[in-house]
Amino acid sequence: MARVVVDVMLKPEILDPQGQAVQRALPRLGFEGIADVRQGKRFELEVEGPVDEAALARIHEMAGTFLANTVIEDFTVRVDEAVRAES
Amino acid sequence: MSLDTVKHAADTPDADQPWAELGLKEDEYARIREILGRRPTGAELAMYSVMWSEHCSYKSSKVHLKQFGEKAPENDALLVGIGENAGVVDVGQGYAVTFKVESHNHPSYIEPYQGAATGVGGIVRDILAMGARPVAVMDPLRFGAADHPDTKRVLPGVVAGIGGYGNCLGLPNIGGEVVFDPCYQGNPLVNALCVGVMKHEDIHLAKASGAGNKVILYGARTGGDGIGGVSVLASETFDAAGKPAKRPAVQVGDPFQEKLLIECTLEIFREKLVAGIQDLGGAGLSCATSELASAGSGGMRVELDTVPLRDSSLSPEEILMSESQERMCAIVEPDKVGRFLEICEKWDVIATVIGEVTDGSRLEIFWHGEQIVDVPPRSVAHEGPTYHRPYARPEWQDALQADDPAKLPRPADAAELRAQVLRLAGSPNQASKAWITDQYDRFVQGNTVLAQPEDSGMVRIDEETNLGVAVATDGNGRYAKLDPYTGAQLALAEAYRNVAATGAKPLAVSDCLNFGSPEDPAVMWQFAEATRGLADACQVLGTPVTGGNVSLYNQTGDTAIHPTPVVAVLGVIDDVTRRTPMAFAEEGQLLYLLGDTREELGGSAWSQVVHDHLGGLPPRVDLERERLLAEILISASRDGMIDAAHDLSDGGLVQALVESCLRGGKGARLVVPDALDPFVFLFSESAGRAVVAVPRSEELRFTDMCGARGLPATRIGVVDGDELVVQGQFGIPLDELRTAHETTLPGLVG
Repeated sequence: MARVVVDVMLKPEILDPQGQAVQRALPRLGFEGIADVRQGKRFELEVEGPVDEAALARIHEMAGTFLANTVIEDFTVRVDEAVRAES
Repeated sequence: MSLDTVKHAADTPDADQPWAELGLKEDEYARIREILGRRPTGAELAMYSVMWSEHCSYKSSKVHLKQFGEKAPENDALLVGIGENAGVVDVGQGYAVTFKVESHNHPSYIEPYQGAATGVGGIVRDILAMGARPVAVMDPLRFGAADHPDTKRVLPGVVAGIGGYGNCLGLPNIGGEVVFDPCYQGNPLVNALCVGVMKHEDIHLAKASGAGNKVILYGARTGGDGIGGVSVLASETFDAAGKPAKRPAVQVGDPFQEKLLIECTLEIFREKLVAGIQDLGGAGLSCATSELASAGSGGMRVELDTVPLRDSSLSPEEILMSESQERMCAIVEPDKVGRFLEICEKWDVIATVIGEVTDGSRLEIFWHGEQIVDVPPRSVAHEGPTYHRPYARPEWQDALQADDPAKLPRPADAAELRAQVLRLAGSPNQASKAWITDQYDRFVQGNTVLAQPEDSGMVRIDEETNLGVAVATDGNGRYAKLDPYTGAQLALAEAYRNVAATGAKPLAVSDCLNFGSPEDPAVMWQFAEATRGLADACQVLGTPVTGGNVSLYNQTGDTAIHPTPVVAVLGVIDDVTRRTPMAFAEEGQLLYLLGDTREELGGSAWSQVVHDHLGGLPPRVDLERERLLAEILISASRDGMIDAAHDLSDGGLVQALVESCLRGGKGARLVVPDALDPFVFLFSESAGRAVVAVPRSEELRFTDMCGARGLPATRIGVVDGDELVVQGQFGIPLDELRTAHETTLPGLVG
């Protein structure tokens, strides 16, 4: 089984209230020196069968239509090579 | 790129400028050059382009909107009229109430969740800026066909956005509307209303006066949100493929930041620290600075590089145009600045002195010491272009009105009549909206007296005296399409009637006028007719328009939405415990139909649901009758003569009965009056009517009152059993009605 990782982040120009909340909390907890925080989400997809170009194209489509809201979010798709090597 | 300073602009008169890309017309650009006596700088061009957009300048609509002022009825209750952030109405006991309805249509189509959420946030700040504590919100919504795939994308997002933002703020959502019609496919209407309460002496106005006073920007940092959104996003027709022609940077709302802003601002008001205040909405700082300066003495100097940024790469033009949410701008006397900043710090709200009021007459903006804006603020904010757009009654209007629903086949027998009652009760527009309204917090704060599906939302504003206010919003695009003048009046009449049905006295109006492109003479005619109809009707009913909003360009390609004036009426009730609910709750109570029933099926729910037909004329409007009906409903509520009342509108009598029976869990037995055909009795949509439940002990007193005042009151039946029975026709068990009425929406979008 191969793993494909989809990382979804708000586009840089979009306000990230969660990231801001984290950033504001950090100094209160004694963690200094962080100028900005952006929070995203990561999907780990366990893919049945080979991760070939067709499979990746399907995952791109899936990410663009469902996993990410492309009006406000960007996403990247990558194959988790460590998992691939194990299997 | 080097900074385009005022000096640089004067030295380079022939530089190419992207005025067309920013949505300006050639003559508008020429006028800016004439006003300034030189070419505008980039920053000035940005400001003029957003402020002169349709959305901000009302350039196509204002010649028609003038009537709301000119024809405004005498009304002692009006404390602040049109032109401020929102109108303010006296509701007695020293309280004033402010309310306003606005549109956030295009942004909600692009990104339903954030579009709808920031719509709520924007209207809440408008109300806050008047000095009031926001106490409730409402959302009139219109979507495409209920079974269209895109409705499945837009509707849940919009509903979640409204719920998410409003619930986080702790504001009850007490009503609104949900309407489906294919004409809104690609142009959903997401209107948002907010009500706020204050004491008379707390009213604040948006003006900057007093040289030396400081200009303070407070709230969220400024980012790249919605740059150009106001001129591009809010006024650009979508191309036929449904994709926006230009990609906007979507504004994202942060309701927790807004909550802090509300509490912080109210504390600042309590300590009387501001001389003028304005929220930042469409057109951001361009709008706030120019409007504040324009409404004040005129002079203001702003150091734009002091604005706190979320994205340090923003250019001065972008900072001026940014529509980042949750920001406010206040004018503060120098000796109060310290305390102001202290309060902001306590609430964790960033506040920055960005400039000061000057004794000049120019708005001057500097970027790291270099002047990039030098304009007369009135020319930006209040003296934008005015268009007298051509308008003409469309040639298809006659054919549409001649297409009389009288020719439509009617139910052949009682069984078919029964089937159509069920079909209507379960049609998307008439079905229960609980799936949607259950996602909103309707009772937070503990002051909600009535909320959806009641005729109007009602909140208590004084816990000791039980003083309350009621608000209803209504609009019927189908009626308005058949006759925009009458359609707008019907919208007002319905909202007015809804407020009175709950026992509150209607006082004032706010409106959200949703139309297609003003560049189409047919649309402009609809707009002219609708505004004229609304202004005339407000005059008769004595309820002035206190403010509102116009949303144009709601069209896809050449196809405009139905003209959709949405009217909100605000009323006051001295004692909310005297309110009239809609539920039939007591068996044996007598049902009276108030008003006259004529055969009026043009634009009706029946013609839409059963025949997919739109033609003929909408129901007649009799405003004197509406006023009388309202007086009777209010008196009957105050004197305890009725236990339930429900206004009759789309779907006619039978729809009202279905809703009141299901709400109370009690059936009803009806007798069709001799003079009426059962079908007309049940489905006609004649205006000026309501159904009431009268306790037997009050019957004589009630009918005497109606008789003495000349309001027709016909006894049509009794609350009884667990079936809706029309004698000699059919009976429908409540369970069957409930299934029809309540499973539709979950089935479509759940």
